[in-house]
This record gives sequence, C-alpha cells and structure tokens, in this order.
Amino acid sequence: MHIVVCVKQVPDSREIRIDTKTGTLIREGVPSIVNPYDLHGLEAALQLREQHGGRVTVITMGPPMAEKALKETISLGADDAVLVTDRKFGGADTLATSYVLAEAIRKAADTWGPVDLVIAGKQTLDGDTGQVGPGIACRLGLQQLTYVEKIVAVEGRRIRVERRLEDGLEVVETSLPALLTVLKEINTVRRASLPGMIAAARYKPIVWTVADFPDIDVTKIGLKGSPTVVSRSWVPEVRKVDTTYVDGAAELWEALWATDLPERLGWSAEEGA
Amino acid sequence: MELEYQGIMVWVEQRDGVAKPVSWQLIGQARRMAEKIGAEVYALVQGEQVEHLAREAICYGADRAYLIEHPVLREYRTEPYSVSTLDVIRQVKPEIVLIGATYQGRDLAGAIATHLPTGLTADTTMLDVEPNPSRLLLASRPAFSEKLMATILCKKYKPQMATARPGIFEALPRDDSRTGQIIRVPFDMKEDDIATKVLKFYQDEDRVNLEDAEVIVAGGRGMGGPEGFAALKQLADLLGGVVGASRPCVDEEWISHAHQVGQTGKTVRPKLYIAVGISGAVQHTIGMTGSDVIVAINKDPNAPIFDVAHYGIVGDWQEVVPELIKAVSAGKPAAAATGGASR
Repeated sequence: MHIVVCVKQVPDSREIRIDTKTGTLIREGVPSIVNPYDLHGLEAALQLREQHGGRVTVITMGPPMAEKALKETISLGADDAVLVTDRKFGGADTLATSYVLAEAIRKAADTWGPVDLVIAGKQTLDGDTGQVGPGIACRLGLQQLTYVEKIVAVEGRRIRVERRLEDGLEVVETSLPALLTVLKEINTVRRASLPGMIAAARYKPIVWTVADFPDIDVTKIGLKGSPTVVSRSWVPEVRKVDTTYVDGAAELWEALWATDLPERLGWSAEEGA
Repeated sequence: MELEYQGIMVWVEQRDGVAKPVSWQLIGQARRMAEKIGAEVYALVQGEQVEHLAREAICYGADRAYLIEHPVLREYRTEPYSVSTLDVIRQVKPEIVLIGATYQGRDLAGAIATHLPTGLTADTTMLDVEPNPSRLLLASRPAFSEKLMATILCKKYKPQMATARPGIFEALPRDDSRTGQIIRVPFDMKEDDIATKVLKFYQDEDRVNLEDAEVIVAGGRGMGGPEGFAALKQLADLLGGVVGASRPCVDEEWISHAHQVGQTGKTVRPKLYIAVGISGAVQHTIGMTGSDVIVAINKDPNAPIFDVAHYGIVGDWQEVVPELIKAVSAGKPAAAATGGASR
C-alpha cells in the first residue's frame, strides 16, 4: 500500500496568549508543533504499513521552517517527507490549500507509485476547519471517510472504518483509493525510536516548489486562489455579570426562589423542585 | 435589478426522518438575515420518506423547501448527498448556503464548496449579512482556541458558504399555519454505483440531551475524580435536569464526551446552569454563557467562572453540594418570597 499522510506545522494554540491591553495575539515563544491530529493520522498509516506492507509518504505545505515537522514524522517511521513550499503558495485558504496538496499527492503517485490511501487529521489546531481533507478527496476523486475513530479492516480494495458522530458510531465501508480524516481516539502515537531519531537527523526533506508543478494553475494557488478573506478580528468580550455571592447552599436555594426560576421551571411549594 | 444568485439556503440534516435541531436554528437565523436584504429562505431536505421534514422546514421559517427523496439517500453518505446538493445549488443559485457544523455537515460542506468551487467558512458562531446592495455574508468564528474572533468574507464567489455551530442560533417558534412551497427535485443514482456502504449505526448508550435541558449541573476538574458526579446526578435529578462536564473531566474519562459543554462539546442555553468545580476557561464558558441563570460553586475565589456567574458560592463542593441536595429535597424554603424579580 502507498499511504500519503498530510500534516501541518501549527503554532500550539493552547499556548497562545492574548495581550488584553492591545487585543492582539502574543505569538512569541509559542512552540511550533505537528498538528496533533495529523500525528494520529501518521500513526494509523504506520500501523497499516506494518500489517500490509508498502510505504508511507508525508506531505506538508508550509514555510521552510516546516522541515522540522517533517523530520519528526521521519523519526516516527515515515519513508519520505515532502515539503511543498513557495511564496506563491502563501496566504492560501482551505480551497487553495486542498488544490496544492492534491497536486502534490498526484506527484507523489508519479514518484513512488499509485496512492491507495490518504490520511489527515480531522482538523488543524490553528485553522480548525476540517475542510482540507474533503477538499483533497473531492479533487482527486477519492472516497471520503471523515472523523474516523477506528480502522476495522483493509481487505483487498475495501476498507472498513468506524466513524464518530454526535450521537453514535457508524460502521462504514468503501473502496480504495480513499481519504480518511482521523480523530485522536483512533490510536496512541508512538514515541520516536533511537534509530528513528538518527534517521531523522540525517534526513533531508524533499522540497517541491511551484516550478516542480509545470501544469499547476497559478490562479488557483495562494492568496489569489483563495475566495475567503479575514476582514477583521477581535478579542471576544467575556460577558461579565454582577455576581451575588451567597454564604452556602441554603442561602443559594433561597436566592433562586426569589427569581422567576420557580415559575419558569415549574417548581412547586410542596415538592420543591 | 435581478440578481443571479438569490436567497439563503439551509441544509436540513436528519437521521431516520428526525431533523437535527441545528437545521431549524439555522433556518431561524437565515430568516433574520433574509429580512434585512429582502431575500427568501430555502430549505434543502434529502432522505427517504422525508416529505414531513419539508413541511416542518416551512413551519420553522422557510419560504420554499426543496425535497429530494431517494432510497440511496436513506443514510448520509458523501457522494449521493453532495451530488444531489450540488444539483439543487446549481439550479436554484442561492447567494448563501448554511450548513450545521456537525460531523456530517462538515463532511458535506467541505465536499460541495470544493466542487462548486466557492469559499467556505467553518464553524461560525455569528452570522450576519450586509444590507443591499452588497448582501455580503459576515461569517464570524472563534480562532486560536476561542481566544480571538474573526469575520470572514467571500466577496467574489457565489454562493457564500458557512457551517455554523449547533446550539448558538435560536430557532423560530414552530408555526404550523405558515405556508410555503415544497418543490420536489428529481434525482437518480444507482446503489451499485456508490462505493460507500453504511453497515451499521450504534447509538450511544450514554445519551444526554444537553441542548434541550432546562437545568444543567456541570462538574469540572475540581471534582477531583469520577466519584463526585454521582452527587451531581442526584442534584440534577432533583432539579429535573441533566449532568454536564467541562473538557478535563472528559479527557480524564470521569464522564463520557456526550456530557461535555464548551468548545469541543455542546453549546447550551438552559434556564439554570450550576457549575461545580469548573474554573471557567473560555473554552468552557463559550458553551454556556447563554444560560439564563448561572451559579458557580468553586473554592477558588479568583476562578474566572465567577465572572460569568449570577450567583457564587466560594466553597468546597464536597460540603456545598450535599447541603444543596438537602435544601432542594426540602422544597420551597420557608424564608422565600414568592414571585420574585425576573431576570
């Protein structure tokens, strides 16, 4: 099997703080990490390779510093890692991103053989859209299975998975080639082995720029190829309210009875709530 | 001037002929936006034997419901749903398409925006429209773990698309006397031509209807473990409510994800929300500040949860909750004045 894993280097948004005086993001000192969901995607790919053989190719689009993220994927066991980078790719929204990644996956297929499976995290920490995966599937004509919590089986050209939905689990089967987006519940990401870390230290990620895609439609990439623009941003105000502090549960219960809640919730005098 | 793209279309998500509440919430919001620009609201209903949902969509505020019934649409699958949705969008040419940011909704939206192609804003929590003549969709969403809000525009492509978080927008009251047009759209696809098969659906056993609950008693990291949730359940039962939780409790597996309130859980707006041992990180409060009355019980007087709480008790839940259970069990307090001030 040839499995392509799409990853993104993201600022760890959990570490981002807001300067409440200026209302701006404090990006300094915020570590760049591999999008955590994507690491679960890589782990799923590595486990499939262990079961079925084949190769795992990692692709990312980003600035040159994203090489660090690719080296991390090599340390975990990816066979090759490709950095798709060019100033012309910059400023892309999800539509332009899925176009470039889809072109890169085509090129990976030309380079290392037909792609059977593309795996990505369910969404990124910084963009949080979950739209790039479906966008890639759509452009490459792949079957699309999103929010996968478990890969049940790959038999021949069929893959069976469990998808998480708000109210339950769905068992779905489709044919390869397919694209999966995965949840963190799908697996536990392995730690890098010592040989893996040595391999990563020596590894030089493959770099593809616009020039490596002779047939690319430049009107569909980067800022120009992005239909959406951010018009403004602001720090959301927390709805502060005047808090009435009460001394204990009995006093709280009395206070609640003095509101219109008893009437609206149908509390009766005899039975209480 | 006749516009090429007109109207606001809302996707009606359903399972087994029952619509997801977000569908009606978005029709309500579409209605409010449509009034501003003099547009119509369209519902898109797909499934097998779902004509009643087309009718319901009108009762909730749609002017027209496009109805596609076909056996291959019985369960949601990307391919038949995206193909039939694209058919309707291309025929009707709505200027705005709104889809619930559920798992299936996000799956569908990502596929159709790419096919069209057009811009898509994910997971919005504020939706508005600029007045004529621009009629631009102002799609706003939280970013960077809810720390920032951003408004996103799609100026050059139509339709303008957004997915919207469930529980944020209010549905209009159902009005059975509303009239509208149901338009059947022919659709054909052979089951044999669809690669994806839904083999089984396991409904979660631990189901809790947070979105419709009038009272929620929610626990946080301060509960210290799964044991304390039994007391919260007892209190919730007495108040006719359900148990909620903040994310750390779910991550620690003290309680299932079905109970989670906040950014990666549910957005709720009960009449009474009691937050116990919840510090009040923005990722949690964004999901509950729509509650009418908020009570916070926390031993840390500086916990940010008190910023959003109407009533606060600084104290250990292990003392306060059992006392509260006792007080609620005893019924109306002797000292209580009746018919108090409304909030």
